Amino acid sequence: MHFNPNVCATAAFLALSAGTAFAEGELKLYHWFDYIPQELLDQFAAEYDVTVTMDTFDSNEAMLATLKAGKLGDYDVAFPSDYMVEIMANEGMLDTFERTELTNFENIMPQWIDVSFDPGRNSSIPYQWGSTNFAVNNAAYSGDVNTTSILFDPPEELRGQINVLDSQGELLALASMHLSIPQCTSDREQLQALNDLVQAARENWASFGSDIAKDSLVSGDALVSMIYSGQAAKARAEGADISYAFPSEGYVLFADSAVLLADAPNRDNAILFMNFLLEPENAAAVSNFAQYGSSIIGAHEFLTEELRNSPELNPPSNATGRFVQACVEDVQVVYDTIWTNLKE
Amino acid sequence: MAGPQLKSTDTDNSNYAGLGPWLLLPSWLVIGFFLVLPVGLMLIYSFLTKEFRGGVVWDFSPAAYDQFFFDRGLFGDSAPTIELTYISIFWRSIWQAAVATILCLLIGFPTAWFIATKTGSNRTIWLFLITIPYWVNLLIRTISMKFLIRDNGPLNELLLSIGLISEPIHMINTNFAVQLGLFYSYLPFMVLPIYASVERYNFALSEAAADLYATKWVTLTKIILPVVKPGVIAGCILVFVPSLGAFLAPDLLGGAKNFMIGSLIEEQFKGNAGNWPFGAAASMILLSMVLVILTIYARQQVKAGDR
Repeated sequence: MHFNPNVCATAAFLALSAGTAFAEGELKLYHWFDYIPQELLDQFAAEYDVTVTMDTFDSNEAMLATLKAGKLGDYDVAFPSDYMVEIMANEGMLDTFERTELTNFENIMPQWIDVSFDPGRNSSIPYQWGSTNFAVNNAAYSGDVNTTSILFDPPEELRGQINVLDSQGELLALASMHLSIPQCTSDREQLQALNDLVQAARENWASFGSDIAKDSLVSGDALVSMIYSGQAAKARAEGADISYAFPSEGYVLFADSAVLLADAPNRDNAILFMNFLLEPENAAAVSNFAQYGSSIIGAHEFLTEELRNSPELNPPSNATGRFVQACVEDVQVVYDTIWTNLKE
Repeated sequence: MAGPQLKSTDTDNSNYAGLGPWLLLPSWLVIGFFLVLPVGLMLIYSFLTKEFRGGVVWDFSPAAYDQFFFDRGLFGDSAPTIELTYISIFWRSIWQAAVATILCLLIGFPTAWFIATKTGSNRTIWLFLITIPYWVNLLIRTISMKFLIRDNGPLNELLLSIGLISEPIHMINTNFAVQLGLFYSYLPFMVLPIYASVERYNFALSEAAADLYATKWVTLTKIILPVVKPGVIAGCILVFVPSLGAFLAPDLLGGAKNFMIGSLIEEQFKGNAGNWPFGAAASMILLSMVLVILTIYARQQVKAGDR
């Protein structure tokens, strides 16, 4: 059913070029939109004589769906968030590597090695970390933005002007924090309350979109948008007068990783690329572009002054960040129903 | 259909005798590969069971159709009631597609008429102008439309500057925007078939009607419309059917909040919920609906042909 000419072409090419010193050939990335500078890809391509191609996705779930739909085996490296690394590992979608394969492995900050979603880092390396909250147009609203009520019980002037991310995990995590209920709760009353909350809030939302979040704030299509911290910083740099919120009820923290995919057609190049990403200078280049934090020792000194002091990377001490949790199947089924009801 | 024609060829040229079925092989391959196989796969998948986190398990069940027609509550164990969500999505899509078709007809018919009444080279230029925007990908045209109609976009700026409005009209993420997107996407599919039939219209008939004291309205309804009807109907089908399944306009211009059939189906394969059997079932229901509409039309054509 699934036929991929690229894989065959790559295989043939690799067979022909076997014996040369460098791993010439191809590297196929499956990445978030707007998350890596093209120059860095070009630099890697030139340094290792590799043709780099990249497709993009706009939510962890969309990436998982695409890979499950038969695209696994087309890509070498993907960039899931924390909870999704665990899900992909459990689905058998990740390959493992030895630490010795990555000469730069020791550049990873120790606290980012023994992470809950990939203890010891057998399939993944840290890429970037940040938060998923929302940003509010300062001209439209002058009250306190640091509350999830902005999304779920918005003040009059913001109603109908809100874009939320088209991303189930993050939206329902924030909604759970708003209700002070645990994520992935199996309590029926709490799940019902979660459903009622987002159903009622939906009336005040104008659109669902992830890749439009930054643009909608810059253009004024939306006065509030749920947004990734780095995209908020970019929106401000592009002229949007916005405040990025760290709700006191809690906020979503994410740590994205670069993972080695199972059945990677160019495993050698994937390892080379992951090692390349662990160079402090390259990690900093990603941070300076994407405006997120780096987990690589030595990257700090290459960061721009602006990024080091950006409000998005310096959350207030009274707010607590939490990772999105991967729910068990029984709860996930209800989550899916809530989501489907929401997006009728 | 092709059978009788082939026989007549056989008698004309005995070189091909007995080769008929083999000569048809390419068409059968194309139909089999591009129509029967995908639709068959869709039918099978619509009866499979959803796997946790996307994909399917090979257990046959009507669960996807059950989900479409019955509401069993948030936890799936309440007494089933009729599910209105998806029926209303279908109804909304039909309504939007119908309005888009009528709008395209209202604008497309005079346009086609205008072009068909031009002389030789002028006609080519006008036809050329109609097709130029369609050299650009639909996605890009839809995004451009979004830029045009946003609150501080050129359209609002223009209306503000000439004083027609005092506050920007909010169009983005509304049903109006979706409607506009559909209308814009499919207009040429209305113009071109109508043009093709108007082009063949003998304008002396209009003159004759006028000589016989027919009013312009009577000329239009009794003389012109019957002649160009096939073009109008072809245009309506070509606009209605793709509008029904459109997902770019509702996604980009409507904010992906109010689903149309196309976006509902897309979400099942690419989105967060990832439910292939349900997406396949919704596609089968859509396909059956379109088939019924087209069959009714075809039967009416046959009846009209008999008269």
